[in-house]
Amino acid sequence: MTGVLSLVLWLPAAGALVLLAVPRERVAALRVTALAVALLDLAAAVAAGAWIDPARAGTLQLVERVPWIPSIGISYHLGADGLSLPLVVLTALLVVLCVAYSWRVETRVKDYMILLLLLHTGLIGVFLAQDLFLFYVFWEVSLVPMYFLIGIWGGPRRGYAAMKFFLYTLAGSLAMLLAILVVYLHATPRTFDLVELVARRPLAQNLPLAVLAFWGFFLGFGVKVPLFPFHTWLPDAYAEAPTAGSVLLAGVLSKLGAYGFIRIVLPLLPDAFRQFAGLTAVLAVIGAVYGGFVALAQTDFKRMIAYSSVGHLGYVMLGVAAAAAAGGGAALGDAAGKALTGATLQMLAHGIITGALFLVAGVLADGQARTGNLTEFGGLWARVPVLSGVAVLAMLASLGLPGLMGFVAEFLIFLGAYQVFPALTVLALVGVVLTVAYFLWAIYRLFFGPLNARWAALPDLDGRERWVLAPLCGVMVVVGMYPGPLVAMINAAVTNILGLVR
Amino acid sequence: MTSVVWIIPLLPLAAFAAVTFWGARLPGRGAYVSIAAIVLAAIGGLAVLAQVTGGARADLTYTWVAAGGRPIVVGFIVDPLSAVMLAMVGCVASLITIYSVGYMAGDPHYPRFFAYLSLFQFSMLFLVLADNLLFIYAGWELVGLCSYLLIGFWFDRPAAARAALKAFIVTRVGDFSMMIGILMLYLRTGSLRFDDVFHALGTGALGGTFLTVAALLVFGGAVGKSAQVPLHVWLPDAMEGPTPVSALIHAATMVAAGVYLVARAYPLFLLSPDHEALTIVAWVGGITALLAATLAIVEDDLKRVLAYSTMSQLGYMMLGLGVLGYSAGMFHLLTHAVFKALLFLAAGSIIHAVATNDMKRMGGLARAMPITFWTFVAATLALTGIPPFAGFFSKDAILLAAYAHDRVLWVLGLAGAFLTSLYMGRLCWYAFAGDFRGGAVPGAAHGDGAAHRAAGPHESPAVMTVPLVILAVLAVGLGWIGAAAFGDPFGRLIRFAGLEAPAGNGGALALSVAAAAAGWAAAGALYRWRIVAPETLRRDLGALYTLLVRKYYVDDVYDWVFVRAGAGAVWIAGAIDRYVIDGLVNAAGWLAARLGLGLRYAQSGREETYLLLAALGVVVIVLARLAW
Repeated sequence: MTGVLSLVLWLPAAGALVLLAVPRERVAALRVTALAVALLDLAAAVAAGAWIDPARAGTLQLVERVPWIPSIGISYHLGADGLSLPLVVLTALLVVLCVAYSWRVETRVKDYMILLLLLHTGLIGVFLAQDLFLFYVFWEVSLVPMYFLIGIWGGPRRGYAAMKFFLYTLAGSLAMLLAILVVYLHATPRTFDLVELVARRPLAQNLPLAVLAFWGFFLGFGVKVPLFPFHTWLPDAYAEAPTAGSVLLAGVLSKLGAYGFIRIVLPLLPDAFRQFAGLTAVLAVIGAVYGGFVALAQTDFKRMIAYSSVGHLGYVMLGVAAAAAAGGGAALGDAAGKALTGATLQMLAHGIITGALFLVAGVLADGQARTGNLTEFGGLWARVPVLSGVAVLAMLASLGLPGLMGFVAEFLIFLGAYQVFPALTVLALVGVVLTVAYFLWAIYRLFFGPLNARWAALPDLDGRERWVLAPLCGVMVVVGMYPGPLVAMINAAVTNILGLVR
Repeated sequence: MTSVVWIIPLLPLAAFAAVTFWGARLPGRGAYVSIAAIVLAAIGGLAVLAQVTGGARADLTYTWVAAGGRPIVVGFIVDPLSAVMLAMVGCVASLITIYSVGYMAGDPHYPRFFAYLSLFQFSMLFLVLADNLLFIYAGWELVGLCSYLLIGFWFDRPAAARAALKAFIVTRVGDFSMMIGILMLYLRTGSLRFDDVFHALGTGALGGTFLTVAALLVFGGAVGKSAQVPLHVWLPDAMEGPTPVSALIHAATMVAAGVYLVARAYPLFLLSPDHEALTIVAWVGGITALLAATLAIVEDDLKRVLAYSTMSQLGYMMLGLGVLGYSAGMFHLLTHAVFKALLFLAAGSIIHAVATNDMKRMGGLARAMPITFWTFVAATLALTGIPPFAGFFSKDAILLAAYAHDRVLWVLGLAGAFLTSLYMGRLCWYAFAGDFRGGAVPGAAHGDGAAHRAAGPHESPAVMTVPLVILAVLAVGLGWIGAAAFGDPFGRLIRFAGLEAPAGNGGALALSVAAAAAGWAAAGALYRWRIVAPETLRRDLGALYTLLVRKYYVDDVYDWVFVRAGAGAVWIAGAIDRYVIDGLVNAAGWLAARLGLGLRYAQSGREETYLLLAALGVVVIVLARLAW
């Protein structure tokens, strides 16, 4: 069933074209069309998932490969495996929820929905591209709509946040482009095809050049993750973006960097990555601990979630770095597999959980409360039990409560990483204690204590908001209690990638 | 039953889901669903215990996830240890859930309370059945969560909200240590199942200092959960929760999970070089047993006295395990669960009637509440180790094991026994003797007994007193299952191969009973006959009294070291992020902008154009450098 990946990829862009034809003032039609497109795309993504043979989830499936610019070795090459497919489904799901949530957006609805759908195509493209040039194109495509989403529909400091986001990621992208070119120019014959490049590994014999390429990718992906100390664009962007933008930034865009490390750097430049795996792990753990401390210092709900993301993505990168460091030795094969599976699962878990948290924060900030200042709340549980319950569930999932999705991921990361970096893993566990502290403190400030009279008329989640949050809560619980199938799928993919590393 | 033992924890889980979603629309506003689930679970637990007594064993294993080279295998174990816990948790939880129908009547969040109770029961039963460290840890965190939710059940009371926060974070520090221990054990053994880990002890893959450190890190989790020194500070504050919660979670079951963990992982402690790990367990237990008892003497809050008493008794259990009294420690866990649950429920009955926790505002309750009084007395006699009540047999077994192992620890235990009688005697005379001294302070916050403040002291309804009576019968009679005179059936069921209980020692036995009796005599002299007035003692021993009232300043030290210093560190981190790291970024941006300003007259256009040009420039340069 080839073609289904192209369908998943281009459907949102086609939807954006359709929206162009809808008159600006027909707001309802715009919204419904966008939602229908997003839903169709989710259905297509799920169908693609159903087509994939779980027993062979390690190898690329549903592959489409058409020469695009053959003279310089560029092809339109798509493929999905147990690593990319869950991320594609996650993206499609979050876009659906974002469109549904964004019903309340009233300004320039047409532009908003078009940008959201273009962003959708860009993100899916990054996860499906098996050609470095194609990858780079989608990488950049995903950057632009987000810039406008923040810059136009964002909070009070949107201009600053959008420009910071744009400049940061663009600087990273340029470094990445350089790295791609280094790899390209040393391949014989020259090609951008990722599968072929990984099979031939052009820089294997030239470590200095491989290191150069590594640093190019490192900057590009590290800014996107973000790794400490490249993270300062994140709190501004996350906090100033409109709610749907925050959800997609945290839920999907932050995964692009880690995905790039796993999909490209790990198999293509294993020796260079191994050389700097320790450094990467140190930065990751600094992010985990430091992110926790700074999160405790925040009084704004969205900024707190943003710094919590710095911490959680630190765990992801710890897992990736452990896999990179362990990849060479057969003795640590189990550690590498667990750490990398955990890291991938943590990417998904973070997308689901942080997506839910930003939606809750959005309901407060965009809705009647009109504020995200934690110190202004108190006792909300008595007034809005459903919102409180959802928020607490998501926070518990985020702090790694067993039985919910985040725990499975973190536990696998720690189980694997401890075998490679024991001291750093113990430090990362300090970050977990901090996570507990800032989330419980947030719960205390938001929901416990006497009800602040200001919120005596605060409405609970309405029907649409419940429908938006329910799928996320469901995934948190179901994967948390029954992680087997999803883990098996991811494990097959990362085992294959690690096999390539070896 | 043993092959489907996983059904037992699932019953309360199903009740939790049902009550959460449909709550008030269910029979008894959800309470009956919770009760039905836990009573069925208790019956299941008793059936399992009967089968295990008959020799049945089971270990049901599953693959949790297949990641990396080795799949993670987990499972449920049915052996004497888990069966006893299963039956105990099921039965005590059933009685407490039934009692709660009366106690929580009229509370606006009544269904939510039963939902939480069911979730807790699931978590605890799950923990007990774990045959591996992963499930233990999972259950461990979930019971901790339920404890947090239930301590903070009256979340609009700031004290309750703070106590919940404190409990979760302090115990999480212990869990941090436990997680490192688990990672260490996995590193050496490649498995999380206890069987595999113990097997590695035999092959030599696990041993030496590494083993001692790993065992002690795992024990760190138990120190937090069982409120042992130095992570004990959360338990007294946890009494802000509704009293049935204190009985179930903070007396009978969850806090005992730490003791259960040490028993479950016993070979790790026993086989560490020179029993080092076990020795530390014994000392932590012994010190806690004594220190907590000293704190109970100056406490006026009825529930807090019982909380210190729980800490102290958990210390005895740890002490028992630490001095090779494996079955003695577990036996005390069992009897303590019964009589301490009873003490809390009876205390709840009192608080329900008088709407205060302050024992100095009680008095004369023996006449007003006879059932509560007599059941409380039965439990008190059991706690203080007066023969032939249940606690006598179990505490004596621990002291005997300590006597045979280490005399210093034995003296700590003996002193603790004396103090136990002293503080319980003080409590009994304040609460039950004399005349009623007024009960609630008018205008006090709502909470325990809020619905009944108007009436004077009165006996509680049958739904509360019947569980009291059942527990009282057990508190009186349960000890005989560990009595040598009857062949010690408990000790024959729960035993650790190679460790035999020391032979009875008449002298040691007489001394421990004498210590308990002396405590009662001292309490009587002070609070009943007032041979020496307590006020005089308080004045003459002013410094000591202050030290005890301030709880050895441990809370104050933690406040300074962790909370205030931590807040400082947090503030600094926030400032660094905002001004240093982001400042550098913005400075770079500012510099770039200045440069751009200089160049702006040379070109016209937008920032995007500049960036595009820059990108193209890089591409050209790279192509030029590398291709030719």
